[in-house]
Amino acid sequence: MTTTPRAPRTQDLGRTLRRPAVGLAATAAAAALLLSACSTGADAAGTGASADAEPVAGGDLSFAITVDSHCIDPQQVGNNDAIAAARQTVASLTAQDPESGEILPWLAESWDVNDDASSYTFHLRDGATFADGTPIDAAAVKTNFDAIVDLGAVASLGSQYLVGYAGTTVVDEHTVTVDFDEPSAQFLQATSTFSLGLLSPDSAKLSAEDRCAGKYVGSGPFAVKSYTQDQEIVLEKVKGYSWGSEANAHTGEAYLDTVTFKVVPEASVRTGSLQSGQIDATAALNAVDLPQFDGNGFWLQYRANPGVVFNLFPNESSPLAADEAVRTAIVKGIDRQQIVDTVLTPQDEPATGVLSHSTPLFEDAGDLLAYDPEGAKKILDDAGWTEGADGIREKDGQKLTTTVTFWQVPEPLELVQQQLRQIGVDLQLKHVTVAESEAAKESGDFDFDYYNLTRSDADVLRTIFSANARNINQRDPEKVDQLLDESAAATDADERKKLVTEASALLIERGHAIPVYELSTTIAAADRVQGLTFEASSRLDFYDAWVTDGAGE
Amino acid sequence: MTRYVLRRAGQGVFVLWAAFTVAFFVLYLLPSDPAALVASGGGEVSQVDPAQLAALRAEYGLDRPILVQYGDALLSALRGDFGDSYVSGASAASMVAQALPETLKLTGAALLVAVVGGTAVAVASVFPRARFLRQALSALPPLGVALPTFFVGLVLLQWFSFRLPVFPAIGNEGAISLVLPTITLAVPAGAQLAQILSRSLRGTLGEPYVSTAWAKGASRTRVHLAHALRNAAIPAFTVLGVIVGGLLGGAVVTETVFSRVGLGRLTVQSVNQQDVPVVLAIVVFSALVFVVVTLVVDLVYPLLDPRIQLRAPRAASRRATSRTQRPTAVTA
Repeated sequence: MTTTPRAPRTQDLGRTLRRPAVGLAATAAAAALLLSACSTGADAAGTGASADAEPVAGGDLSFAITVDSHCIDPQQVGNNDAIAAARQTVASLTAQDPESGEILPWLAESWDVNDDASSYTFHLRDGATFADGTPIDAAAVKTNFDAIVDLGAVASLGSQYLVGYAGTTVVDEHTVTVDFDEPSAQFLQATSTFSLGLLSPDSAKLSAEDRCAGKYVGSGPFAVKSYTQDQEIVLEKVKGYSWGSEANAHTGEAYLDTVTFKVVPEASVRTGSLQSGQIDATAALNAVDLPQFDGNGFWLQYRANPGVVFNLFPNESSPLAADEAVRTAIVKGIDRQQIVDTVLTPQDEPATGVLSHSTPLFEDAGDLLAYDPEGAKKILDDAGWTEGADGIREKDGQKLTTTVTFWQVPEPLELVQQQLRQIGVDLQLKHVTVAESEAAKESGDFDFDYYNLTRSDADVLRTIFSANARNINQRDPEKVDQLLDESAAATDADERKKLVTEASALLIERGHAIPVYELSTTIAAADRVQGLTFEASSRLDFYDAWVTDGAGE
Repeated sequence: MTRYVLRRAGQGVFVLWAAFTVAFFVLYLLPSDPAALVASGGGEVSQVDPAQLAALRAEYGLDRPILVQYGDALLSALRGDFGDSYVSGASAASMVAQALPETLKLTGAALLVAVVGGTAVAVASVFPRARFLRQALSALPPLGVALPTFFVGLVLLQWFSFRLPVFPAIGNEGAISLVLPTITLAVPAGAQLAQILSRSLRGTLGEPYVSTAWAKGASRTRVHLAHALRNAAIPAFTVLGVIVGGLLGGAVVTETVFSRVGLGRLTVQSVNQQDVPVVLAIVVFSALVFVVVTLVVDLVYPLLDPRIQLRAPRAASRRATSRTQRPTAVTA
């Protein structure tokens, strides 16, 4: 959660000019000149700290994304790039404070939750409307939630948040009650996400195709102006929007006239386009390219994604991963700091728990994840795994060779492979496509799975691990499941934190979770862009964003 | 002639059917489930309700026996209906139709540049009197063939978009955005063409009728351009059919590097998302392009060389041309 927006300083410029890359230097110099002109023109106190300058309305911003997933309906999308655009087009019942994780009012002014977190009553604010002027009332909320349930699996995220949905009751024009068949403490945070963001009741009647094509009417500070598949999504500001949440810096209309999301599949082209001013910002640069945008007319901002960190998930129905000694030895045999230091960027951090440190209710469990190769060897020795001639341990003629199936960048796991080798564990890497990895997950045909999951609510732990939910470990119920299931019903934050912390520790101690490192998202932007930041789920928030040369249009 | 065209059209229909069938079963045999992929929302989902997943599979018709799915898909495809995209819900045929114009612009421009450029290089590699010049120019086509499209695109971008901001690096706006992608796509195609043409030109220049032309006092230019080039063009023309297909394939890389909309990008995205209806529509369309282009090439032969006759009976046309330049004898 570190921010480093910086105006270029003279020494940065000098360093740039000495580079042989004439074009780059010229661009940087031009940007610097432009910016210094701006900051003298503005009434900033002359220090050039443009981050403190007063936002100006107007102007356009272009932002590069990596892929167009052929759908931008906020209630259907699950891909990060699609989310970046979709998030801006809907407002939600609640908002989440990125710093504290606290749930704040947005379209709902206040809410009541019953004792076992199975019934939520929202009191809507007065005067809020959809982009076409239709009022946002209790009936509209009901239409939306019912529609998401009807969408089923296509509403990939929303339908999960509404598991156990019993129905929504319109109490009066501004009061609405959502009931669940079972406790669902995660629902309050879910109402702050784009997946449960509100579309106009008419939009709920549209076909999935029209909604994917952006023909819906949303409730957010921006509306879809045009969407050209595989090319760009253009959003324009909604006039008269004046109900920004407390999680943001202002409440009126968005500052930017338009935001254009350009689809640029090639990482090196994104880098060159940002460097040459053809795009203003992106959150998808290669790690090696990041340092050149730290200063020199650009700024970087990064944040660890909340939710479950990159973990090795043992499939305990497979013979080797069923052995607790093997799992706990692997937990101790991974040197997380070394992974971050050698194959990742300074923005990445080693895991200090099953959840990342930016997740609400997070409690540091770093001591359980300390690198302890001797301890790991001892566990394996005690369990009867003895070192064979080739350094790989074996027991009863079986070698300690196991496989992890994954599609993500391989470098961190390649290092894990080397580290585990030191304790006599042979971890084979099976690098597959996303589609194949989904197939493996579905069929349960893997020893270890590997991924992360972004969600700014600790309930993500339960949905993945609980034997009564996803049951990623394919194991029988035990004590930890009781804790997890109780946490779903806990409305008191302290009680919930206690349950989640205890469950996290148990998951690591029993080797059900083998955390590796925290995923982080990094925004790289030109200095003309200000105020572009992350919301609590590390999704991009363009509402407070503005451009220094935007005034006067 | 009519019988020949009809027979070739029949063969074309077979090729289309075969392409459709192979693609269908290959996609079916892939280990993953398109419905699960849609429900996984790009890997961000922790838990998918099996009942909802089953409902989605039923909606896509994936719960039916494979042969029923195949028969249904084939019958619909005959009517030009490839079904709706699993991801966006739009009709697959309309998605292809929407992406097509941009790819046609790009491949059309690249074909033009490749033919003009390739012919120029080929002629230039045999024309000059200076031996070293001919040798230097002859080295160009192999170089062009060897350079990966990806690499050429990135180098062009680095120099003419990032360092010298002359051309835009991304997007489809205006003719100016076509320049770098066209060059990128034209390099391998033009080089391939130049390779065939210059070899064929060298052969033709040794033919007795060329000696006759020299003896009759024809100028160097006339011998090369009027006498030799026309005959030498036939093998190159044969390759052209393959090159057009290659351009469609090359569009995948070029459109990705230059962030252009088009059929290539649609292909990549649909394959990644296992959007089966869209992939099938693209496969059939590409097969159609191949069929039409090879047919057109064959129909144009007689115009280039009157000795070539198109006849329906088996191998008759081959035999008729066997003493001259056989168009089918040259392959890339």
